[in-house]
Amino acid sequence: MATKVGIPTASGSKPAVTLSKSEVMRYSRHLIMPEVGMDGQLKLKAAKVLCIGTGGLGAPLGLYLAAAGVGRIGLVDFDVVDSTNLQRQVLFGTSDVGRPKITAAADRLRNLNPEIQIDTFETHLSSENALDILKDYDVVVDGTDNFPTRYLVNDACVILGKPNVYGSIFRFDGQITIFGAPGGPCYRCLYPEPPPPGLVPSCAEGGVLGVLPGIVGTIQAAETLKLIIGKGDPLIGRLLLFDALAMKFRELKLRKNPECPVCGEHPTVTKLIDYAEFCGVRGEEGPVATMTNVPEVTPRELKARLDRGDDLFILDVREPHEYQICNLQGHLIPLGELSRRVHELDSSKEIVAHCRSGKRSADAVEFLQKAGFRKIWNLKGGILAWSDEVDPSVPKY
Amino acid sequence: MAVKVIIPTPLRAYAGKQESVEVQAATVGEALLALTGKFGELKKHLFSEDGRLRSFVNVYVNDEDVRYLQKDQTPVREGDTVSIVPSIAGGARN
Repeated sequence: MATKVGIPTASGSKPAVTLSKSEVMRYSRHLIMPEVGMDGQLKLKAAKVLCIGTGGLGAPLGLYLAAAGVGRIGLVDFDVVDSTNLQRQVLFGTSDVGRPKITAAADRLRNLNPEIQIDTFETHLSSENALDILKDYDVVVDGTDNFPTRYLVNDACVILGKPNVYGSIFRFDGQITIFGAPGGPCYRCLYPEPPPPGLVPSCAEGGVLGVLPGIVGTIQAAETLKLIIGKGDPLIGRLLLFDALAMKFRELKLRKNPECPVCGEHPTVTKLIDYAEFCGVRGEEGPVATMTNVPEVTPRELKARLDRGDDLFILDVREPHEYQICNLQGHLIPLGELSRRVHELDSSKEIVAHCRSGKRSADAVEFLQKAGFRKIWNLKGGILAWSDEVDPSVPKY
Repeated sequence: MAVKVIIPTPLRAYAGKQESVEVQAATVGEALLALTGKFGELKKHLFSEDGRLRSFVNVYVNDEDVRYLQKDQTPVREGDTVSIVPSIAGGARN
């Protein structure tokens, strides 16, 4: 059963007294709707929402919250806009490339609605600063992109008693719910632990349809506005799954786990912990430290050997769609097919394996070494490093 | 009993790229066993080495989480849908 709750009124915050004439005009399509009306609009004006992340999810979220007249919006991000963001992060334009996201986002939202207050936190949310940043807000919206921050946001919200409007995406799939509402489940009730690093989908299977975070972030915005005005059935105790390919929504029941270590009857986690450690040291983005000691060749060394005319076999272990983006004219065997296509390789030849960044090909080299290959190297840094160090005409992706 | 198992996007690579697989089973445990029997690579993504369902993977029969039913002993009936729902973290970058 979905519980109907509004947000707890922050102590000492009275609803804004009135709307100015220009605000009445601006919000007239809300005001003429009885479900929002003047009462709802004043609640929006008095509300304080913290958006963690101003990326794919945070972009539509910030835009709609600002447009709707949420009186105070906090933004947390540490990143800089780059051109690969523009495919989905609709807060930013081409002229913002190179600017801190937080500055570009605040400018955009202030331009959209100068009547509201934008607070900016240009920082990594951490166990040290999270409680301090979150404590002044009524609702927290999680638009982050990695497991450590998601567990951090969850635990901080439970500790502070703040609802956490959650959305996450992967390729064509989205998951949306509200955690941490009074009596409702938290993220750890749903997933007590994060996946170990080795089992999260690799960059080969990554990527996201640009519009997907738009849809999911917009649903988060809708749930946030509903929480503030206290109308409708919030997504508490319900996990909404969205599949953009099939264009289907499904809903699963989420239950509060009485044994949850954070929000259960006998919590064992009562303060913030080291989330990087909890999640197995690394998040899921960024370059991965190679844990194996496979033999490596640098792009420059490889170039020198090829120029010398050495007979090297280039093995590309990426996916076919990546090969289409750019390649070194290597023999393509995706990592996932390597075990059954190993017969295509000649172990008497010298082989250099590569992928995009060097992680998958390190796995491939390790696998092939176990299969008896002796003359095999990993291209250090992958085709990205090749582009940086040898041939800048190779596009990076 | 024929039940439909819905494979989530992150795991489709290990299940012949299929969105769903029909298996014969009387319980959730049997359904997952039949599934990993067909697609061996899925096994390590669903189960830990001691054979327990991983804690970042949830399984639902229709819209109910089997952790709150009878776990892998949860019976399934003809036409039920078993959903595998793993944790995903993405927001922007991945």
